[in-house]
Amino acid sequence: MAAAQVIRSEWTKIRSVASTVWTLSLAVVVTIALGMLISALSRNEFDKLSARDRADFDPTFISFAGMSLGQLAMIVFGVLVVSNEYSTGMIRSSLAAVPQRGTFLFSKIAVAAGLALVVGMATSFATFFLGQAMLGGHRAHIGDEGVLRAVIGGGLYMTLIAMFSMGVAAMLRSPMLSLGILMPFFFLISNILGNVDATKKVGQFLPDQAGSKIMQVVTPFDDDTPYGPWGGLGIMALWVLAALAGGYALLKKRDA
Amino acid sequence: MIELEGLTKRYGEKLAVNNLTFAVRPGIVTGFLGPNGAGKSTTMRMILGLDRPTAGDVRIDGKHYDRLRDPLTYIGALLEAKAWHPGRSAYNHLLCLAQSNGIPRRRVDEVLETVGLSAVARKKTKGFSMGMGQRLGIAAALLGDPRILMFDEPVNGLDPEGIHWIRTLMKSLAAQGRTVFVSSHLMSEMALTADHLVVIGQGRLLADTSMADFIARNSRSYVRVRSPEREKLLDVLHRAGVTVVEAGGGVLEAGGGEAERIGELAAENRIVLHELSPQQASLEEAFMRLTAESVEYHAHAEAPPAPQRQWGEGWKKGS
Repeated sequence: MAAAQVIRSEWTKIRSVASTVWTLSLAVVVTIALGMLISALSRNEFDKLSARDRADFDPTFISFAGMSLGQLAMIVFGVLVVSNEYSTGMIRSSLAAVPQRGTFLFSKIAVAAGLALVVGMATSFATFFLGQAMLGGHRAHIGDEGVLRAVIGGGLYMTLIAMFSMGVAAMLRSPMLSLGILMPFFFLISNILGNVDATKKVGQFLPDQAGSKIMQVVTPFDDDTPYGPWGGLGIMALWVLAALAGGYALLKKRDA
Repeated sequence: MIELEGLTKRYGEKLAVNNLTFAVRPGIVTGFLGPNGAGKSTTMRMILGLDRPTAGDVRIDGKHYDRLRDPLTYIGALLEAKAWHPGRSAYNHLLCLAQSNGIPRRRVDEVLETVGLSAVARKKTKGFSMGMGQRLGIAAALLGDPRILMFDEPVNGLDPEGIHWIRTLMKSLAAQGRTVFVSSHLMSEMALTADHLVVIGQGRLLADTSMADFIARNSRSYVRVRSPEREKLLDVLHRAGVTVVEAGGGVLEAGGGEAERIGELAAENRIVLHELSPQQASLEEAFMRLTAESVEYHAHAEAPPAPQRQWGEGWKKGS
């Protein structure tokens, strides 16, 4: 079984269903639109900020504000790519055609992650430039220190969040169950855990909390996060690896 | 060639497939017969490597399924449940399967033509009728031009024309020297298509025999007798050496050639008969009797079975 054959097959699969197009378009549109809106609002608010808040003002990070919502579409994309196989019964055709389950799963994830990377990167650059345009005089420049890293990091973040979802969906199989856990977790629970003082120590190691550090250019004044931007992304990558390993282990031993 | 050896699948307490050993040979249609829930689909899923056997082994041309390079070119299968994404077109469904096994793209058009779905190939399968879905499943099975074909309840949901088409297709595939393994819960369906029969009940093997043999042994004739003077009639027949068995409901059954003698004996002894009718046991009945025995056997769980000899023996005793 040549992996190249399976990758081609997975590409045909992913491009031939509507959910790919609408989830990814939604991710692009929501991230960019919300980023632009918040950037525009921030410009108007800037004059009212205290001196300390002005020192913490991070135009790059502000332009990525839409990602909190746009990542949910990425999660839906990641979940559906994998769980559609189960909810439709396609998995039986797929595994009969490719009985090497590792080859099957990782070819699928490689194709979906590759697509997410292209879309995520384009979204990240677009949302940065459009967001900066909205910020007017308070804007950051791509050549400023740490900015390019943050913008590329934004694309990687979107890719990793999709991959994490794929791993979770491979474990849980059901799209409803996977979304029912991932959506509230990343939209609410993780934010609460990461911002409430009592749980912050643990919360900051959650995949999205750690991973989004890469998009920060200005470190807040009272920041005591024990990892840097790449360290945070590394923590997120470990979560992704764990989810994928779990998905693979279960796929390997389960009946289809 | 598909070879099963001691194939067993246990779900918790329940043995879905129990120590199946048989081989499916090329050049003929082998029917895989059993009542609903007998373990046919589970067996087929294990053949395809989708379900893991609890014990035992199954090989395709001597190899385990996951050792086959481009398995769709060895064995094509139509499974009972739908196995495609409803939002994907029939063409793209077949294309992604073809690509994963290095099968050329033109083969997709060929099989769509064969099953008669060319006109709707670019439409989403969501709107397909059950019959169209069945044809798509068959197209997927034929895709790799495999030497072995496996169909799980292929006539389900097909109209009479579709049923005729699939019967003809299976026979022609076997005539080309391919191995054709087809499951059904209907004896009548098997009688029309299969050359060889593998019968299972409650997950265990009940028969592995040629169709001709099965018919010869099971389509025996017998005579149904009913009389208001049953005891008297039994005495008379017993004295004359005619073997009869009670079939329940006051019905007596005797061997096929005995109708005239019973009539004459009844007349001589002035016994009223309400019925004296020669009968032909249908294959369906033979099958029911065979599988009913398996249920009984299962309940008592005695010595290991000798399936090939065990079936049909009840018939010989009765006739």
